[in-house]
Amino acid sequence: MVDKDQALLKYVLRLGDNALVHGQRLIELVAHGPELEEELANANFSLDYLGQARMFYTYAGKLEGAGRTEDDFAMLRPEHEYENLLLVEQPNGHFGETVVRSVLFESFYLLQLEALVQCNDAGLAEIAARAIKEIRYHLRFSSQWLIRLGDGTDESQQRVQASLSESWTFTGEFFAADDVDKVVQDEFQGPNLEELQQAWRNNVATIVAEATLQLPEDQWMEISGREGRHSEYFGFLIAEMQSMQRAMPGLNW
Amino acid sequence: MTTDWPLYEVFIRAKSGLSHRHAGSVHAADDEMALNHARDVYTRRNEGVSIWVVRSSEIVASDPQDSAALFEPAKDKIYRHPTFYEIPEDVGNM
Repeated sequence: MVDKDQALLKYVLRLGDNALVHGQRLIELVAHGPELEEELANANFSLDYLGQARMFYTYAGKLEGAGRTEDDFAMLRPEHEYENLLLVEQPNGHFGETVVRSVLFESFYLLQLEALVQCNDAGLAEIAARAIKEIRYHLRFSSQWLIRLGDGTDESQQRVQASLSESWTFTGEFFAADDVDKVVQDEFQGPNLEELQQAWRNNVATIVAEATLQLPEDQWMEISGREGRHSEYFGFLIAEMQSMQRAMPGLNW
Repeated sequence: MTTDWPLYEVFIRAKSGLSHRHAGSVHAADDEMALNHARDVYTRRNEGVSIWVVRSSEIVASDPQDSAALFEPAKDKIYRHPTFYEIPEDVGNM
């Protein structure tokens, strides 16, 4: 079993990793969005996520007490030290695929944050309370898009249905509790992942039904992200993200 | 048939008590999207507390060619401005 402080640190870092990596994927859409307004929206969302990652990493640095800053966590760790969910590192694909990924992740993240607001670690609860408002809007935005595309043309429906089925294999990981989750739940009154899973399924099922799509069958799930074992796309993502810091260590502006 | 999304006009209320003012326009495929886009484009620096959007095609506008008939007759009727009256100090701003 992990010790209490270690578990909290890891938990906070994972939250930061999810926010950073999802935000990095969204910023890749700049200059590739379907419309100017969509680009601006996604760039805004990306910056929201980056802001959240900064709060989590800064707090992690404080918890760790070893002098590491937000930049050290974000830009200077090797691939296997990131423990984000595999879903958020998946490539953007077509716009509908990004929408599906955002709906699945954000509907989970929102529930996670809502539970964390109630936890007994004041620092984490405070960050969660700040992040929650942003994610409520993101989810509203992404789920409206899923409904629009699902209940759109034959082609748009077929394409988002395929994305939904492909992404589904990464959703089991949200709820695959490990020692860190258990300690955070027991010692810090963190989220109960079984309860979250029920609520998540219900919420996603509602959106999917409104989008006239089929909820995929549960199948074999990929769950290695939080052990630092990533999909092949992740190395490229962080190589690009870290390139400035690697080329010019300590670069600042 | 055009493939562009329809244009919406965006009106923002800067703070409660003020009226909505025209801020600009956005393209959007439907009303909900127009509201989202207006929020994302025009309120990202804390500019607003309320948004109205309306399809630009729904706006009935006066024709510039009618300007003379519509607006010029009011120009020489300065007695319609309430500037000839003294306002008691107690009234404050009107």
